[in-house]
Amino acid sequence: MIEVRNLKKAFRGNTILDGVSFRVESGESVVIIGRSGGGKSVLLKHLIALLMPDAGQVLIDGEDLCCLNERQLLRVRRKFGMLFQGAALFDSLTVAENVAFALNRERKMSAQDVRRKVGEVLEMVELSGTEEKKPSELSGGMRKRVGLARAIIYQPQIVLYDEPTTGLDPVVSDSIDQLILRVRDALKVTTVVVTHDMRSARRLGQRIMMLHDKRIYVTGTPDEIFGSADPVVHRFVNGISVPKEHYF
Amino acid sequence: MFSFAQRFAAEWLEGLGKLSILAKEAIGSLFAMRLSFKDFLYQLYFIGVKSQSVVVVTGAFTGMVLCAQTYFQFHKVKMDDATLAVVSVSMCSELGPVLTALMVTARVGAAMAAEIGTMKVTEQIDALRTLATHPVDYLVVPRLLASLISLPLLTAESVIIGIVAGYLVGVFLLGIDPAYAYYNMRRYTADVDLAIGLIKSFIFGGLLALIGCYKGMTCGEGAEGVGRATTEAVVYASISILICNFFLTLTLTELLKYL
Repeated sequence: MIEVRNLKKAFRGNTILDGVSFRVESGESVVIIGRSGGGKSVLLKHLIALLMPDAGQVLIDGEDLCCLNERQLLRVRRKFGMLFQGAALFDSLTVAENVAFALNRERKMSAQDVRRKVGEVLEMVELSGTEEKKPSELSGGMRKRVGLARAIIYQPQIVLYDEPTTGLDPVVSDSIDQLILRVRDALKVTTVVVTHDMRSARRLGQRIMMLHDKRIYVTGTPDEIFGSADPVVHRFVNGISVPKEHYF
Repeated sequence: MFSFAQRFAAEWLEGLGKLSILAKEAIGSLFAMRLSFKDFLYQLYFIGVKSQSVVVVTGAFTGMVLCAQTYFQFHKVKMDDATLAVVSVSMCSELGPVLTALMVTARVGAAMAAEIGTMKVTEQIDALRTLATHPVDYLVVPRLLASLISLPLLTAESVIIGIVAGYLVGVFLLGIDPAYAYYNMRRYTADVDLAIGLIKSFIFGGLLALIGCYKGMTCGEGAEGVGRATTEAVVYASISILICNFFLTLTLTELLKYL
């Protein structure tokens, strides 16, 4: 279970998050939507302690991440898998080495078992046969699939997705969405997705939270959010700019 | 002016403090054996083996020019036979370790900062952390250990090449008597001189690896940040090596004189 209490974060005096609080239950699938530059990725990075809050708490299964040092955090992070916006694959390693990274570091499995496991997850993300390729040889969609395979190979309890469909064409975006759903259902993981792709948000979220004005502005089911009469929510989910944003 | 100096001093001290924390973390990790042997071997190859051509050329030409210049001065006072003794002592305790460290800094320190810096700006270091891997264990420790082992070996190689090159220039080009030159070289070059050089090179190896990795891990955003980190890694490591060399010479000479 993830719980965020009154989280505040500023960079060089510029407040990004100002009193964000929410809770994600185990096995739940939550989508966080909001404007570009609104702090969604910053919020997501707080959940796995890649960033530390200026004030407030982030609790994972009741354990406050703010009280832990970097080595103690490694233990908590074993519960997580994360797919980065740009996939963040290690460009000096092959696809197989990227995917097997966590298992190889743990040194608990034999090389043969690791190879078999890599084959299984690559098959799950429909990338069998790419084991020996380097990340630079892959397309954007393929890189995200490899990033996802790397994040789920050690069967984490929670998977975080940072803009999983950004920069991809609609067909590839759809396949990534399907993959996220398949991972969620097959591995029964808690899923937190940050996106401003409304189609993905509707499809992936059992619950949607909208980050607006540095706080969680509204929370609801996809039907509630997409049917909302609130002008801020309505304008965002339907992609309508306010008059002052018509520059030309 | 005062506030600028105050800010500069504060930033310098902050950097020094962070570098010390990184060193403590890396040494702790080294003793806890969190090292990947495969990564260590690759770094040993990259730092030790691939730096040899640079180090050999630097050592050879330094020995040659040192021999020639010393001969030109000593010849005026009829001390030709002492030329190679000067070359040998200088190469062992000063020029060998310092020039090797500076050349390896330019080649390897810059590469460390650029590689780790690029990993930082492309979120690969964050990815490491999400995969329950401490960046110091994976990125710093193999480089530090490989550098600590490589630098003394490269320095020894540079010293040997420098002395041999100096000998060849002195004997075959400048006409120094080989028997006297060799005798004086052996007579005035003590084991302590070589020990000082090797101890220095070990410390320089640690310095250049830590500064290169630190600059990479703290680099700013984008290509500009990586470029600046690379430049700063080379500049700061080179300056640190030169400053440390002076104090090490005084300290080690005093400490080892009873050996």
